[in-house]
Amino acid sequence: MEFATGSSPHKIGPQNVTRVMGMVLLALVPGTLAMWWYFGWGVLINLMIAVTAAVVAEAAVMSLRGRDARPVLLDLSAVVTAWLLALALPPLLPWWQTVLGSMFAIVVVKQLFGGIGYNPFNPAMAGYVLLLVSFPVTMTRWLPPDVVSGQALSLADSLHIIFSGTPPLGQTWDTLSSATPLDQMRSELSENRMISEIRQSPLWGDFGGRGWEWIGNWFLLGGLFLLWRRVINWRIPASMLGSLLLVSGLFWAIDPETHPFPAFHLFSGAAILGAFFIATDPVSASTTPKGQLIYGALIGLFVFIIRTWGGYPDAVAFSVLLLNMAAPTIDYYTQPRVFGQRKHDDA
Amino acid sequence: MAEPRNIWTFRGGLHLDDHKAVSTGRTIEPASIPERLVLPLQQHIGQAAEVLVKPGDPVGKGQLIARASDYVSASIHAPTSGKIVAVEQRPVAHPSGLSDHCIIMDSDGEDTWGELPPAWPDYTERSAAELRERIRWAGVVGLGGAVFPTAVKVNTSGQRAIDTLIINGAECEPYISCDDALMRAHPEDILDGIAILRHIIGAHECLIGIEDNKPEAIEALRHAIETRGERDIEVVVVPTLYPSGGEKQLIKLLTGREVPTNSLPASVGVLCQNVATAVTVANAVLHGRPLIERIVTVTGQGIRQPGNYRALIGTSADRLVAKAGGYSEHIHQLIFGGPMMGFSLRSDQVPITKATNCLLAASQAEAPNNDPERPCIRCGECARVCPVQLLPQQMLWHTRAHDFDKVQDFHLFECIECGCCAYVCPSHIPLVQYYRFAKTAIWTQEREREKSDLARRRHEARQTRLERIEAERKARLRKKKEALEKKPAAQDDDPKKAAIEAAMQRVAAKKAAQQNPEPAGKD
Repeated sequence: MEFATGSSPHKIGPQNVTRVMGMVLLALVPGTLAMWWYFGWGVLINLMIAVTAAVVAEAAVMSLRGRDARPVLLDLSAVVTAWLLALALPPLLPWWQTVLGSMFAIVVVKQLFGGIGYNPFNPAMAGYVLLLVSFPVTMTRWLPPDVVSGQALSLADSLHIIFSGTPPLGQTWDTLSSATPLDQMRSELSENRMISEIRQSPLWGDFGGRGWEWIGNWFLLGGLFLLWRRVINWRIPASMLGSLLLVSGLFWAIDPETHPFPAFHLFSGAAILGAFFIATDPVSASTTPKGQLIYGALIGLFVFIIRTWGGYPDAVAFSVLLLNMAAPTIDYYTQPRVFGQRKHDDA
Repeated sequence: MAEPRNIWTFRGGLHLDDHKAVSTGRTIEPASIPERLVLPLQQHIGQAAEVLVKPGDPVGKGQLIARASDYVSASIHAPTSGKIVAVEQRPVAHPSGLSDHCIIMDSDGEDTWGELPPAWPDYTERSAAELRERIRWAGVVGLGGAVFPTAVKVNTSGQRAIDTLIINGAECEPYISCDDALMRAHPEDILDGIAILRHIIGAHECLIGIEDNKPEAIEALRHAIETRGERDIEVVVVPTLYPSGGEKQLIKLLTGREVPTNSLPASVGVLCQNVATAVTVANAVLHGRPLIERIVTVTGQGIRQPGNYRALIGTSADRLVAKAGGYSEHIHQLIFGGPMMGFSLRSDQVPITKATNCLLAASQAEAPNNDPERPCIRCGECARVCPVQLLPQQMLWHTRAHDFDKVQDFHLFECIECGCCAYVCPSHIPLVQYYRFAKTAIWTQEREREKSDLARRRHEARQTRLERIEAERKARLRKKKEALEKKPAAQDDDPKKAAIEAAMQRVAAKKAAQQNPEPAGKD
């Protein structure tokens, strides 16, 4: 009788890439639904467009490379990339810009470097930055949350705007859109207004923009789910949010009238989404325990620096891309001590 | 008993389903004597044993038939009485599936003991050297799976004094339960072995490390210790966390001491022995009996009556399987050892050796054929579970690039091949296989380098020899020349010159004589 042979270990664990990515998608659901609730159908339409473009692009590249596209598509990594990109986009972005960003993320940032596991940069954030620097007008044209505007765009109106690129009859972009809280804080601060004054506006809630401030909680919920399922570990989210809180707290303590308080930083923009879902992208992040702490802390620091003194209102994408570049170096200098290795005995 | 001992921890490790109850349901089955036994000469780490018999020789049970050929080597004895049939290549249990030198014998069914050395119940009267020699004679090797010659391991002279003897009963790998069965059934023999080992190495304390999933074994040993009133022996219960039975991991758990990289446990004052090895030591010293049988766990969904079976070394695996009721319809892979570190066999026509702690007849579900490997997504799970705190990803990366210097910078040779990294990998990368490849590639490179070094040295030696010969030849020539040049100078230049001058004078005279005739004629 002849038996099958294999290499040890003969039994392997239940984990696989599809499961990991599926878990990430599941964790994104509450935050995504919250965004839909506050910003309307545009969020879901963007999501559909981005995912479709990403999947088509990935399949096309795989066939050009003469490889089987099925296992690559089934690992769901392209869907995760597109989903994260879509969440970062303004809800009424013209469809072709979403397609462009999504395809750039998959084709250039991911596949040209060798596909999953080989991309040095976070594809979703690179796609977002491409769109932000290429189309600054449409990319900063955010909607006010429904709770603020008191009106919601219908599905038909959303589709019309996204696919025609023009506002519906009788409306202009000025009546439709509004600045994000980060944007507003920034421009009003530059006009030398006090924070206490800025916060008098009906747009402001308890610690961030009304509506906006609650979305972070739903992403936080998803992030905690990922922590619980051990898809991500605590180091990057904790160090990133921790350093953001610490630095913003320090400046706030020095001058609370020109520096927003720490919770504002935490619950505005993409801080929480970034901490749990974007900075933790394993492929482009640091992998050593100490390295992850440094990596996260530096992202938090850069977010504060760019938000406060940089040219763009939000900074998660830029900070993550900057630290992506530093990750291999961080890893090199933070290798853990091997069992039995004496201190200061490093080869 | 005093308050529970402090247990240290090691980083990493895995909680695995232990599947041990599958094989611990029944008592250990005694060995049966097969008609034919195949005894590989290489069942241990080190040099193969040297054959002492020839075909046709009758042998008694326990007779030495191949002796340790080197310091690191182990003897082999006839497991029963009978006749040597051949000494030839036979398929053995090896991942390569290759054959190796074996002694083949037929049993006569009498099972009569041959001549044995005297039993030493009074071993305390014996010196450590005598006892080591006895262990060496008995062919004792580490039965936990590493099969390192025990006589070498217990020779701790010239090293730091050993204060602690650790007896490894952790048996952390899933499915395997042969040590568990032994501890339950023969705690007394284990204590005998411990006493002898302590006498040899002079350790004042002995710790027996057992995972907490073996309550019966823990109870049996504690009871035996209490009844015998043993002092300074303690059963220490460690949490079930694979690979707690790894030597360095167990030492860390029990003593908090970390064996430095590239070092032996002796460097932290510890010696570690497996429970079954301790029993074999006791047999060798107290009864003068060599290592000729061991307990093998035969288990898995692919076997009808899983359990622990005694087997003579050299028994064919298929015979042992038959004893365990044969294969069930679920049989898919036959694994020598456990599911994490064992290797799979193509055929069951191979002998049980001293290393065989388990025969796992695994079903498709228990040992799925490896899924296709997918690219690493750098999730870092492998580094989290690595009990040695290596960076498996980086090692994989450099192994793929064949950058073997870099892999060694990442401490490749500290890898114990426990398989934790490959178990958790979501991309199903056979990481351990990559590391084994890198290790063998480096060994090959080293051998090549040694060979080329040797060739270079030989070339250089030849070159210097040729140069020396040439120099000698030249020196000889020069001497000769000098001698030749010196001779005429020393004896006389004058006779030659005189002769020449004389000749010239004669010629001149002749000339003169020829010119003169005219006048002479005129005269």
